Amino acid sequence: MATTHDEIDPMVADRQRGTRRVEVSVMPEAGDENAGDETIRNYTINFGPQHPAAHGVLRLIMELDGEIVERVDPHVGLLHRGTEKLIEYKTYAQAIPYFDRLDYCSPMCMEHSFVLAIEKLMGLEIPIRAQYIRVLMAELTRIKNHMLNLGSHIMDVGAMTPNLWLFELREDLMQIYEMVSGARMHANYFRVGGVHQDISPKVLNHIGEFLDNRLKLFEDAISLVADNRIFKQRNVDIGIVSREDAIAWGFSGPMIRATGIPWDIRKAQPYEVYDRMDFDVPVGTNSDCYDRFMVRVEEVRQSWRIARQCLQEMPEGPIGTADRKVFPPKRAEMKQSMEALIHHFKLYTEGFHVPAGEVYVATESPKGEFGVYLVSDGTNKPYRCKIRPTAFSHLQAMDFMMKGHMLADTTAVLGAMDIVFGECDR
Amino acid sequence: MAYSAPKTASNSGVIESAQAVLGDLIVETKDQADEITLTVRREGVADACRILRDTPGLEYHMLVEIAGVDYPERPERFEVNYHLLSMTMNRRIRIKVMTDERTPVPTVTTLWPVANWLEREVFDLYGVTFAGNSDLRRILTDYGFEGHPLRKDFPLTGFTEMRYSETEKRVVYEPVELAQDFRAFDFLTPWNGPEYRLPGDEKAEPQAAGAPSSAPAKAEAPKVTPATGAGERKDDKPYTTDHEDRKTAGVREAQAEARKPNEDKAAQHGGVKTDIDEPVPDSPNVTRDSGEAQ
Repeated sequence: MATTHDEIDPMVADRQRGTRRVEVSVMPEAGDENAGDETIRNYTINFGPQHPAAHGVLRLIMELDGEIVERVDPHVGLLHRGTEKLIEYKTYAQAIPYFDRLDYCSPMCMEHSFVLAIEKLMGLEIPIRAQYIRVLMAELTRIKNHMLNLGSHIMDVGAMTPNLWLFELREDLMQIYEMVSGARMHANYFRVGGVHQDISPKVLNHIGEFLDNRLKLFEDAISLVADNRIFKQRNVDIGIVSREDAIAWGFSGPMIRATGIPWDIRKAQPYEVYDRMDFDVPVGTNSDCYDRFMVRVEEVRQSWRIARQCLQEMPEGPIGTADRKVFPPKRAEMKQSMEALIHHFKLYTEGFHVPAGEVYVATESPKGEFGVYLVSDGTNKPYRCKIRPTAFSHLQAMDFMMKGHMLADTTAVLGAMDIVFGECDR
Repeated sequence: MAYSAPKTASNSGVIESAQAVLGDLIVETKDQADEITLTVRREGVADACRILRDTPGLEYHMLVEIAGVDYPERPERFEVNYHLLSMTMNRRIRIKVMTDERTPVPTVTTLWPVANWLEREVFDLYGVTFAGNSDLRRILTDYGFEGHPLRKDFPLTGFTEMRYSETEKRVVYEPVELAQDFRAFDFLTPWNGPEYRLPGDEKAEPQAAGAPSSAPAKAEAPKVTPATGAGERKDDKPYTTDHEDRKTAGVREAQAEARKPNEDKAAQHGGVKTDIDEPVPDSPNVTRDSGEAQ
């Protein structure tokens, strides 16, 4: 459990020298009685930063004893873009697109935490239709995220077909994204006070058709691996984490639910209209990679349920708050009303002011607790915007999760963690 | 307060029970936007976290986040914010300590192993050190990076940039060279306008917070040159356009400028080469540059 390295860390020394080291030679020790026998020393190898199973730019420095992993030192930050610093120089509305680029597999869920944090500081409640749209899109995003993660997890442990099938679903969801927001990935759709534009009945119909017809493809893809012997051999009993460890290491999302703790922010601290939704929180029993996989599979089904309920219950009404000091007027209104034109101009130059104060708002993103700690000084720009990524805590636990496992299990553990580096490195 | 953000269980009574167990470790308590903030003494932060974690009824057993904030104007410029979560009581709390560049903060890695990377991040981005953390390496920035980028006095553009050098066949680091100066748009000032103070205004309530047109808390003085006649107001007199001084101040200067002989202006513009490409009046007496005229 403890990560303190008692002896001098060889990787620290390596970094000070600015070198990498890869020891792969097998050398006989001097003075060995059996001169013919070879003593095998521990290997230190680099996994990544360019590796197809590293899910991005992860560099793992692994110490191997034969094929057994003794120690893992993840080096993150290779995708650090200074998002938090950039946000301090942008108005609140200009900062939203940066959130799409954090976890680029679930963009709208990233925006969600940020807009909720601003709304909490302003004491702003948004119209009910906007809340439904946000929940609908957040759940579709969750499905979209899990399509990629489940598929690539399956592929990392050796199966090809399900990944291709799941990518087909992901493509469908990308098209829904495009119909709703105009962009396939970087949506910039959630706004403070509501969402950018309404979803037309035609598009809602299309989403309904997708929900009615495409679950079968997902179930087909999962049925290929869920009871597959090879898939189970690669995942069951790999990377077991106890409940105590999961709490001590700050796990969240499917990672903590796989340990059997039914912690889901959507249930425990409901936001938007989640308290009206009828859904279950799946938990694991064994807390291994297979459980994490199956928790995500069940989450997709539950998200499917939530999305259906959103479509059924979504009321008519405005999609943004009527407070014109926060939310811009409609285009048509601007053609008629001078007041609307002024509001629009002010909102897109100066932006709105957020009262001074600090909040921490965390939502249940597909990967776990994604939080935003926002400090405002009363101006139109955030004074500080700290982003709490999920991957940071999970990846840190890599060392103790991998201890004693085989080298080939690295990909399974990584795949089941669901790491995206845009979010981890910020 | 109405909002759509996640709603935790009620925080009523948390401050009292925290004060009861923490005693004089607490410097200040705050309850804002349904969130509890406890400012504690720096040297007691690890103890405070341990007590909050282990006391039944509080049970903040998960460390979610450590966030640094920089306030350069304060004597102890850095804030370190610990966000704790209680899954059993369904509450969150924020522990705040202050420190400066030199004074280390006690580590909480002894309580939560997850604190290691979180403290490394605060160290990397702010330069706050943590006493007792044996693994305080940089984490997010580049290998060999210098400085702490999230400090307010660190420029947004940084100091070095890197590119792949075709001649050297490797990545090279160079000082930042901007093709154009970094532009910081300040949208706050131009929209405030003059303040018309009418008798009885002092009785009116201040404008609602958050309105774009309200006077911001930290707005700078309007950067308008006095020559235009709309400069800073120095007195409390009502601002009217028929005030003699203001009406004529700019005009008089402009007239004086117009009356100057052309030779003087030519000496001003053409004689000294400035780096600003200033348009010069079309006059036979004025030459842009001595060489260009011939």
